[in-house]
Amino acid sequence: MIQHRGLWIFIVLLAVAAGVLFTMPVKPVVLWTDALVYVLVVTLAAFFSYVRSKPHLLAPWQQVLRRPLAVAALVVLSAYVVVGLLDSVHFRPPLPQQGEYKGEDKTVHYSVEVLSLLDIVLTPLRNTVERSYSSPLATHLYSKELQQQADGSRVRDYARLKYGGAHLVNPQADYAADIAQRSVNALLQAAVAWAVLVLLWSVFLARRARKKLADFLRDVARGKTALPWRVIFVCVGALLLMITVIIELGLPYHLLGTDKVGNDVLYLSLKSIRTGLVIGTLTTLVMLPFAVLLGIMAGHYRGWIDDVIQYIYTTLNSIPGVLLIAAAILSVDLYIANNPGLFETVVERADLRLLFLCLILGITSWTGLCRLLRGETLKLRELDYIQAATAFGMSNNKIITRHILPNVMHIVLIAVVLDFSGLVLAEAVLSYIGVGVDPSMISWGNMINSARLEMAREPVVWWSLLAALGFMFFLVLAANLFSDAVRDAFDPRTGRGIH
Amino acid sequence: MTSPLLQIESLQTCFATVGGTVRAVDGISLEIQKGQTFALLGESGCGKSMTALSIMRLVPEPAGRITEGSVRLNGDDLLQLPEVAMRHVRGKRIAMIFQEPMTSLNPVLTIGDQIGESVRQQRGAQAVRARVLELLEAVGIPDPAQRYHEYPHQLSGGMKQRVMIAIALAGEPDLLIADEPTTALDVTIQAQVLDLMRQLQKKTGMAILLITHDLGVVSEMADRVAVMYAGQIVEEADRATFFAKPQHPYSKKLFASLPDIKKRGQRLAIIPGHVPSLASEFSGCRFVDRCDDAIAVCRSQSPKWIAAATSGGVRCFKLDAAYREQFPIVEKQVTIPEHTVEPSTQGNKTLLTVTGLKVHFPIYKGLLRRVVNHVKAVDDISLSIPEGHTLALVGESGCGKTTAGKSILQLVKPTAGTVKFSGAEFTALSSAQLRRHRSDIQIIFQDPFSSMNPRMMVVDIIEEGMITQGIGGNAPARAMRVDRLLEQVGLSPDIKRRYPHEFSGGQRQRICIARALAVEPKLIICDEPTSALDVSVQAQILNLLKDLQDELGLAYLFITHDLSVVEYLAHEVAVMYLGRIVEQGTVQEVMENPLHPYTKALLAAVPVIEKSAEGVERSIISVQGEMPSPINPPSGCHFHPRCIQAMPECKTSYPAAHINGETHMTKCFLYE
Amino acid sequence: MLAYIVRRILYALPILIGVNLLTFWLFFIVNSPDEMARMQLGQKRVTPEAIEKWKQERGYDKALFYNTQAEGGAAFTNTIFFEKSVRLFVFDFGSADDGRDIGYDIRQRMMPSLALAIPVFTVGLLVYITFALIIAFFRATYVDYLGVVLAVALMSISTLFYIIGGQFVVSKLLHLVPISGYDGGLAAIKFLVLPVLVGIIGGVGASTRFYRTIFLEEMSKDYVRTARAKGMAERVVLFKHVLKNAMIPILTGVVIAIPLLFMGSLITESFFGIPGLGSYTIDAIRAQDFGIVRSMVFLGSVLYILGLLLTDLSYTLVDPRVRLS
Repeated sequence: MIQHRGLWIFIVLLAVAAGVLFTMPVKPVVLWTDALVYVLVVTLAAFFSYVRSKPHLLAPWQQVLRRPLAVAALVVLSAYVVVGLLDSVHFRPPLPQQGEYKGEDKTVHYSVEVLSLLDIVLTPLRNTVERSYSSPLATHLYSKELQQQADGSRVRDYARLKYGGAHLVNPQADYAADIAQRSVNALLQAAVAWAVLVLLWSVFLARRARKKLADFLRDVARGKTALPWRVIFVCVGALLLMITVIIELGLPYHLLGTDKVGNDVLYLSLKSIRTGLVIGTLTTLVMLPFAVLLGIMAGHYRGWIDDVIQYIYTTLNSIPGVLLIAAAILSVDLYIANNPGLFETVVERADLRLLFLCLILGITSWTGLCRLLRGETLKLRELDYIQAATAFGMSNNKIITRHILPNVMHIVLIAVVLDFSGLVLAEAVLSYIGVGVDPSMISWGNMINSARLEMAREPVVWWSLLAALGFMFFLVLAANLFSDAVRDAFDPRTGRGIH
Repeated sequence: MTSPLLQIESLQTCFATVGGTVRAVDGISLEIQKGQTFALLGESGCGKSMTALSIMRLVPEPAGRITEGSVRLNGDDLLQLPEVAMRHVRGKRIAMIFQEPMTSLNPVLTIGDQIGESVRQQRGAQAVRARVLELLEAVGIPDPAQRYHEYPHQLSGGMKQRVMIAIALAGEPDLLIADEPTTALDVTIQAQVLDLMRQLQKKTGMAILLITHDLGVVSEMADRVAVMYAGQIVEEADRATFFAKPQHPYSKKLFASLPDIKKRGQRLAIIPGHVPSLASEFSGCRFVDRCDDAIAVCRSQSPKWIAAATSGGVRCFKLDAAYREQFPIVEKQVTIPEHTVEPSTQGNKTLLTVTGLKVHFPIYKGLLRRVVNHVKAVDDISLSIPEGHTLALVGESGCGKTTAGKSILQLVKPTAGTVKFSGAEFTALSSAQLRRHRSDIQIIFQDPFSSMNPRMMVVDIIEEGMITQGIGGNAPARAMRVDRLLEQVGLSPDIKRRYPHEFSGGQRQRICIARALAVEPKLIICDEPTSALDVSVQAQILNLLKDLQDELGLAYLFITHDLSVVEYLAHEVAVMYLGRIVEQGTVQEVMENPLHPYTKALLAAVPVIEKSAEGVERSIISVQGEMPSPINPPSGCHFHPRCIQAMPECKTSYPAAHINGETHMTKCFLYE
Repeated sequence: MLAYIVRRILYALPILIGVNLLTFWLFFIVNSPDEMARMQLGQKRVTPEAIEKWKQERGYDKALFYNTQAEGGAAFTNTIFFEKSVRLFVFDFGSADDGRDIGYDIRQRMMPSLALAIPVFTVGLLVYITFALIIAFFRATYVDYLGVVLAVALMSISTLFYIIGGQFVVSKLLHLVPISGYDGGLAAIKFLVLPVLVGIIGGVGASTRFYRTIFLEEMSKDYVRTARAKGMAERVVLFKHVLKNAMIPILTGVVIAIPLLFMGSLITESFFGIPGLGSYTIDAIRAQDFGIVRSMVFLGSVLYILGLLLTDLSYTLVDPRVRLS
């Protein structure tokens, strides 16, 4: 039980969080994908607490954690995951009660708008909606428009933004100084926060390693610790800097500009994270049981079972993926269009479509893993320890669960981690084709899709495109670097594995 | 004395691994004269292959590095040469052949191409083909003109090794390094290849550095011998001296641990423990933990090289004048003559009776996937094993002996025949009924690395069978039984919470034996259980198997290709050739008076350890050619194309069983 | 060999039938033709007559599998299943929603697709293999390390970025080639240069890294040691021995893609306005023209199966160990 302490703490924390949410004066909304995300989180927590208790399972992970690049990637991924998780707790806030009904009607009415914790955190960004495009850190709109002067005359000029740089009395004169001042502030705040954090963390680590603080810090600075703490600290520092920059510059200005209808692009980019993560992870979660079960069955039983399973995956594989997705999503669209009464809110409808997208992406992408597992099982079943198990009279089910499954898990793991980045990238492409997530859902694909048309404008509106591509790039890069390390550690062929 | 061809001086090669720096070769010095065969003898992991690669400067970089020493070929220090100049040494002045002929040839280039590549470097394009054909001829490959255009996969293992030799010969090297050249080959093929090497050496006058773990091969081939242990040479001498009177305790133990017929009924001497990790720092002698004679100084100081009077020397304090007196004068007995009991032959019930067992794998062909032919892996074999007896099933690779073992266990469904085990007819049982009988017969495999699930702890591995078969009672009772089993196979119960990868090959094989014993079997099928192990470890396992037989009255079906193990362990022997048993009888009958020409050939092909200088130059080739494919076995007697005594009727019909004496059966027309 | 090919083609039939049933299920069972019509005609104020008319124009007014009104064989042939699915087997694709013949359009659009796909495929393969060889030659040095990190970074960038970035820099800023469009004959070249370039760059990260792994795996094999022991130069070892073996997994991995080149590249064609099958497909998806989508699904499956067959055949060409039987 001691080994699972972390898991229990985690579960208690989750329960407390859920409890708090339910006692708040809001109506919790658990979307389908939210529920699956929770399941995934609990599964992952259970998995890692199990791994921690098994030295032979832990060894390759420790190997992953010794690689500086992988650890840096992990820090970046964690930041994305935190944002994504905050964005996965949904609720409907209560509407302010109408004065006249006070006293008689105690029932609280809830807004049809579904918010997440992230929305609450980002309230200042969410509510500062301008009229149209404005470039990053701008104080005025991007294009001239007719406006009424105080004296009643009409002038075509760049209008002041309602929120961006509104605190400046005289933007022309104060702008540069204000930006510089705020940048320096952000830097200083980040530096102080970083120093405090690193110091506290190091005190804790040094105590655990039974070392003097000074010695430990020297080791960290030289990069001589078992875990690459130097890299972790640098990454955490960069993240802190980003947070302070957002606070200092992102609140009074639009750090990444605004889009066509005046939404803050930074807010959109951050909201897109959940969409990307959900597609990258839930898709795999959906396909995994099929791929694992069918792949192992085909390899283990052979004969007609193998033939049937091979037939199924060859057939599915032979349909071009995009077309299958398109066909399925078109059908779902049709269904949704013809049954508009099924969903209470727009968010719920968009969520169901997201779930379907994950499902259908899963159906198109399980075949590769299934084939890999079939091949590996064919090899495994000839191995002596499986033969020995048969010689004990073990049943097929037990042979599969005790002997085959644990020995193909590394392949599953590598496939899952490798698939993730491909799926995140696929979302953007599918949204472009028009079979991606719901147009009302904020996603990088939709951001790119709507910004793409503005490339023809003179001068070019580039920020929303670059913001989406940039956020996507860092997530995918981190995932790729991390998956590289995972593959090296788990693939016995690379020779650095535990085998 | 002329200057040596190759002179290695304190060579050191290191490897960077996750577990730290491994000094695979740690200060080796040796000299090889022109035309000499120098054998480097050692167990796996002692650094002998790495020595060879270091000479060629082929150590895989960047993990491996030659850190010290010199390698002089006719006076030129190879380690100082630039890489470009080194290329002119490789293949021309020093050539090398490797252990695995299967993987050492490029699968997508023709034989002619691959040999031609080394020829081309000295000759014009015109002469290349002629020279390649000449080389193929020289290494005894029939039909060179046709083979020229063939790919490696079309050749058998022995033929591939001949091609490797042809490649090596192409540059007319002064020195041929042969790294375990025959280890992957069958004993009859080994004899042919060794003989070829000797013939070629006579013709070309090249020196051979022969790297091997096999004392028999050394005895057949070598002029000088150096014994390597844990990265160092511990003893060097000329062959006669070495085989007559080995000096180092390790060398002596190697001889004592070899099984043979003279040691029947005795325990084999064992070298306890295993080779130390080369990543560790050594303060004393590297053999000290396994040495019976060790004294205090062996632990505290590294022994120096003590040169012998004539040539060679030993790295042992026993021969150091300063310490010699401290050793006990009477040497401890090398073999412990602790007799184990021969089983009483009378009144034993027959445990297993196999009659007419056949395993045919269909070959499908054509549009409708019709069965056009069969691979007759096992083709009508019959045998029986009494309680407490050991039947050895002997044969070369591909003869069907492993399939026979598995089909007795019903791991492979037999095509025909009956398998009767203490009253139950296995072939007629449903899989549910069969499950209840599973505990009676168990199996131990050849490869100790693939025979255990790497994700399970030792205790789970051993308990698995008990749980499945419902043996051993409740959980606490089972736990106690696991402890007892581990003790029984000579392991400490403390290890039960560890994982297979933490153990050495010998220890793993012990765990496998414990796993088999857990379900209280009456018969264990041992499928080459020692052939992946070093000689010293093999002795430990053979002793254990013998003890268990005495203690528990187990019967063994011992599947092996190693005749010395058969002589030592078996009561009855069955010799298999191409799916059929060609000779069967008690071990005395078959080993001392072999009747079938194939059995004779097998026995003759085993390299003999000659303890004197004479009698080496015997021709060791016992049989020509190789075993044909079981898809299209030769008509008549399967052995006739290779048999020197073949008669006309051998080509037309398969000989019937002929009983000679009481129990000695053979299938050969010579005795009809 | 011939028997093998014949058998493989026979095996392909059940797969094509499966594909057909699946698409039929998706398009006609999950959503009835009525629902399709309603969506096509707009949700509001659709009269039943308009729906009937829409269905009649497209032949969707028949029974699904069995026509009770028809006689004899027509009971089976005069159905949606026969008309829309079975006819695909003779490559009779029918007509699109706008009345154009799909088969004719496919033939017309094949050439522009190939004009883009073939250069991307061939030049790309050459470039990727060259890069991978260079990196493998310098294995375990900084060139290798940087090469791999660069490859990972390149493969982390969305294709859309390459396309939009390429259009922006090359066409809009530098005015080197037109942003989009197409022309017949040699005039097509100026329209194709950028998409081909973008196509190649888009795949450079993933492919180079993948081929590098294959090369490194080959280089750790025993025969490489033999070649070195012969005194071969590292260059010869790499180009003669390793390359030839590595081509087996590389070639057989790409052969499956060759027939699929006909399908064109969806995104690139659409962005650059190339009238190939890729943009045809996208337009059909956007216009929700199920007839075209169904035809392309069928065509894709046929080409995929052809690719599988070619893969097996290519094994026999590059790997002397493989014999088909």
